[in-house]
Amino acid sequence: MLAFIIRRLLQAVLVMLAVALIAFTLFRFVGDPVNQMVGQDTTPAQRAELRESLGLNDPVPVQFARFIANAARFDFGRSYQFKQPVSDLIGSRLPATFELSFVSALFALLVGIPMGVYTGLNRTSILSKLFLTISLIGISLPTFFIGILLIFVFSVTLQWLPSFGRGEVVDLGVWTTGLLTVSGLKAIIMPAITLGLFQMTLIMRLVRSEMLEVIRADYIKFARARGLPDRIVHFRHALKNTLVPVITITGLQLGSIIAFAIITETVFQWPGMGLLFLQAVQNVDIPIMAAYLMLIAFVFVVINLIVDILYFVVDPRLRVERAVQS
Amino acid sequence: MTDTPSDTEAKAPGLMARVADSDILHSFLASKVTVVAALVALAFFIGAAFAPWIAPHNPFDLASVDLMDSLLPPAWQPDGDMRFLLGTDDQGRDIFSTILYGARISIGVGIVSVLFAAALGITLGLIAGYAGGRIDAFIMRLAEVQLTFPAILIALLVDGAARGIFGNLNRENSAFWILVFSIGLSFWVQYARTVRGSTMVERNKEYVQAARLIGIRPGLIMLRHVLPNVMSPVLVIATINLALAVITEATLSYLGVGVPPTQPSLGTLVRIGNDFLFSGEWWIAIFPGIALAVLVLAVNLIGDWLRDALNPRLR
Repeated sequence: MLAFIIRRLLQAVLVMLAVALIAFTLFRFVGDPVNQMVGQDTTPAQRAELRESLGLNDPVPVQFARFIANAARFDFGRSYQFKQPVSDLIGSRLPATFELSFVSALFALLVGIPMGVYTGLNRTSILSKLFLTISLIGISLPTFFIGILLIFVFSVTLQWLPSFGRGEVVDLGVWTTGLLTVSGLKAIIMPAITLGLFQMTLIMRLVRSEMLEVIRADYIKFARARGLPDRIVHFRHALKNTLVPVITITGLQLGSIIAFAIITETVFQWPGMGLLFLQAVQNVDIPIMAAYLMLIAFVFVVINLIVDILYFVVDPRLRVERAVQS
Repeated sequence: MTDTPSDTEAKAPGLMARVADSDILHSFLASKVTVVAALVALAFFIGAAFAPWIAPHNPFDLASVDLMDSLLPPAWQPDGDMRFLLGTDDQGRDIFSTILYGARISIGVGIVSVLFAAALGITLGLIAGYAGGRIDAFIMRLAEVQLTFPAILIALLVDGAARGIFGNLNRENSAFWILVFSIGLSFWVQYARTVRGSTMVERNKEYVQAARLIGIRPGLIMLRHVLPNVMSPVLVIATINLALAVITEATLSYLGVGVPPTQPSLGTLVRIGNDFLFSGEWWIAIFPGIALAVLVLAVNLIGDWLRDALNPRLR
């Protein structure tokens, strides 16, 4: 168990180093950092001074080491366009993105699992076919277009929900939340559905195919033979055994939800990290791009690590196999 | 040399007969959804390829565009004009024509970037599978790290970096290639993994050993002998990836980092129309969006069918 975790940790560190190298290369070699930081009227002497103080004259490996040391403290310098520390900018945008991602994942689970169970149990019913067709269309519709359709129906035509922003936000010190006000809750509905729809169809299809497998298993037949009501057989016995892969996929998808939030945040002008990153790409603001890349990589690596370890804890067969091998 | 032409002559009718009698054709005709999807996709491809001849108006010819015609609703609405079936945008451009021209750019970027991704992935996969050892480990580790990130994020990063490097160049000419480059770079991994796997199997077969024995250079063996034998799964990936590439292009263009508004793709058209959604001119955004969704759905359905049809385990 310990050896497994250590090996996983080592791999995670390697991935982070590789990503850091890419981020560093971006920062150092795409455009000239000094030119980006100063205005037209800066003298060559001042530029040289800045270059020296930033350490850009040091050997590249030394610069890379310094980049990593700074990155570990989440110091990525100042944004070229806002002239503010990148960590402050991202820190102020982080809660909006995390809240949106969390609500989307919740939506995907709470809607996707029941739909998957239903379509798995009633393969031939018309409603099942309808669900499957909807999910196929849902996968083919680009995320941004789903958002636009929702805005068109619920904001423009029916005028039920706001089309942009986070609504009223409550400041809790380090965290700001929109989940405590009515306008904040109304504002999150459409972005969360837009972002979660793809994951929802994924979870639905997964639960459906797992249910189809499980329902044929002997212990389900026995449970039925014992005269247990359908509800208990389906939810206590069958569903429980489909949940391990569902948890894994949801965990792994959480990272891509955060990344895909870029698109949703643009459609709904949601003031999160994704919108910040997109502005950075449009204006070639490398420090923000580098910081965002490192942050997303970190989230991915941590989630992967947790899922791997959870797998180990949840599935006893893995442990037995390893014990036999060693 | 003399028997080469007769060889192909003898093969040509045989090939036609083989196609007409093949499992693939039967399975294609048996699946009605696929036939419909193929017809829809074909209509899109023809419409895109011959847009200048099919489109009722040339939306980019300033002489034929009249500002008096701006913001007209679709023809079936009270204020609609029969000349503009799906209405016009704020500059008086016919939406149906801009969709045809937009599909041209969307499909163009999609196909070229799939070709680029396939070429890159196949090359790296062949090298990794054939060479093995350290080269293999390096390429595959690279692929693994990239696979942890969603393709759209990679495409955005490459796009940002490319624009940082080529920023001085003319935006309109470079936009197409920057898009192709960023989409291609974000989709190569799947090809590389598949080709590597089959190459490792083929590498140890007798015909490769024979080729090696008579002293053919490794590059030539990979290209002429191994490559034709590992291509069929690549075809399936390429079809499914075409849908993904079109979506990615549309998304990048929608986000404002794709093709410029002067040469709009379907994604750019939705972006332009987005601003008019609130003032009631919904058709400017919704019709290009529907066209995009239908195109992607059709290509996806063909890809799904192709995957099942070429999978021997499902026969």
